Amino acid sequence: MKQLSVDHLLGIKYLNKNDIDLIFETADHFKEVINRPIKKVPSLRDITIANLFFENSTRTKLSFELAEKRLSADVINFSASQSSVKKGETLIDTVNNILSMKVDIVVMRHPNVGAGVFLSKHVDAKIINAGDGTHEHPTQALLDSYSIREKLGTVKGKKIVIIGDVLHSRVALSNIFALQLQGAKVKVCGPTTLIPKYISSLGVEVETDLKKALAWCDVANVLRVQHERMDIKYFPSTREYTQLFGINQQVLDSLDKKIVIMHPGPINRGVEITSDVADSNNSIILNQVENGVAVRMAVIYLLAQQIKR
Amino acid sequence: MSSKVLLNSKEIEIILHRLACQLIENHHDFSNTVLIGLQPRGTYLANRLKDILTNHYHIKDLKLGLLDITFYRDDFRRRDAPLDANSTEIDFLIENKNVVLIDDVLFSGRSIRAGLSAINDFGRPNLVELLVLIDRRFSRHLPIQPNYKGRQVDAINQEKVKVCWTETHNEDVVYLEHNT
Repeated sequence: MKQLSVDHLLGIKYLNKNDIDLIFETADHFKEVINRPIKKVPSLRDITIANLFFENSTRTKLSFELAEKRLSADVINFSASQSSVKKGETLIDTVNNILSMKVDIVVMRHPNVGAGVFLSKHVDAKIINAGDGTHEHPTQALLDSYSIREKLGTVKGKKIVIIGDVLHSRVALSNIFALQLQGAKVKVCGPTTLIPKYISSLGVEVETDLKKALAWCDVANVLRVQHERMDIKYFPSTREYTQLFGINQQVLDSLDKKIVIMHPGPINRGVEITSDVADSNNSIILNQVENGVAVRMAVIYLLAQQIKR
Repeated sequence: MSSKVLLNSKEIEIILHRLACQLIENHHDFSNTVLIGLQPRGTYLANRLKDILTNHYHIKDLKLGLLDITFYRDDFRRRDAPLDANSTEIDFLIENKNVVLIDDVLFSGRSIRAGLSAINDFGRPNLVELLVLIDRRFSRHLPIQPNYKGRQVDAINQEKVKVCWTETHNEDVVYLEHNT
């Protein structure tokens, strides 16, 4: 019988190929569920889930909350800006206080790398990492791969280029792990200042010429420039960045093939991608959002399956 | 483990025709009736009945859906083995329809309870009936009884009813297996 090999979802690097296949297979069922007239199943009606967001989030938080509600779980939400964290409470104290309200699963986004791993060692609940600093964002990578699989039939053997601010992107790292695990070829493309030095050790090639990168790939996953994580200037101006690494229809028209365009959001229209490309038929950006709910339902369902009373 | 044949292929065929005729008696031309086979095992029976109704009794435009009840079960996280989901394929609305739920064996009634919950997510049916090939009497955990049954069986708990179809086991046969 099938179940995940892990007790928590802390990062893609802890998963194996079978885990990803199982998550996708389960997500297929939930995708059918969320397209029904009544988009809800009662599986998790005795499970309580806390969404702890120590960092801002719109779509991930909404997506998790919707996924939890679609599974009939009880949901409590917490955001650091309105909490006792501001009064000096530690992470473990905050979480243990929440867990004493009999919470079974914690979904956490935190600005510090490894916050999820730390928590999983100190508290008695299933932990789902919804983004830890610049480290990993496993559910985003899963929904990205799921969307590629849906669009192209398979991820194996496909060529995917991740374009933009790879240095500050947890989406990039999780995507690299997930795509490689499924047998895809991955390149990154962006200003050299925004490409981490260790990237070649992950078996990822670097391409600094956008046009060459696009000509090589089947799928372009475009990232946002994360100004909020930058304490120094990594490139001279946004205008220059857009000229060298912005995706527009003209660049795509110059290729002799159609490529799939992805973006984890939020989009800075006119910076890393133009509106006509983001809204074109080749873009699967909104499919990613829809698939995000199904994939998160699958992850929550599979982890909840391990909880014994 | 010992086993004896409860129904052979000829008996199954006669029963399927009888069940089809009973359905026609109550649902006439099936214009407002849909058949729903419960995944995984009820789907074989549902498909057979659809074939008989369509080919032998010339019922036109008979609607058949397949319903997976995994996410509605009441033993999620209470079993040693995790549950495996199957696909749900219902491409029509259930609202105001007469629904015939179809499963191979009625035992505790818990699968049917889950099926009743699941079917409501596709609309409010006018009426729901239950059709089973084998009704295991005296084993119910819930107050659920079939409207149409192929054969009623009194089996003790150590015994298991195994339904084999040509599609899966190369022959139609129902066994009563006893763990010794």
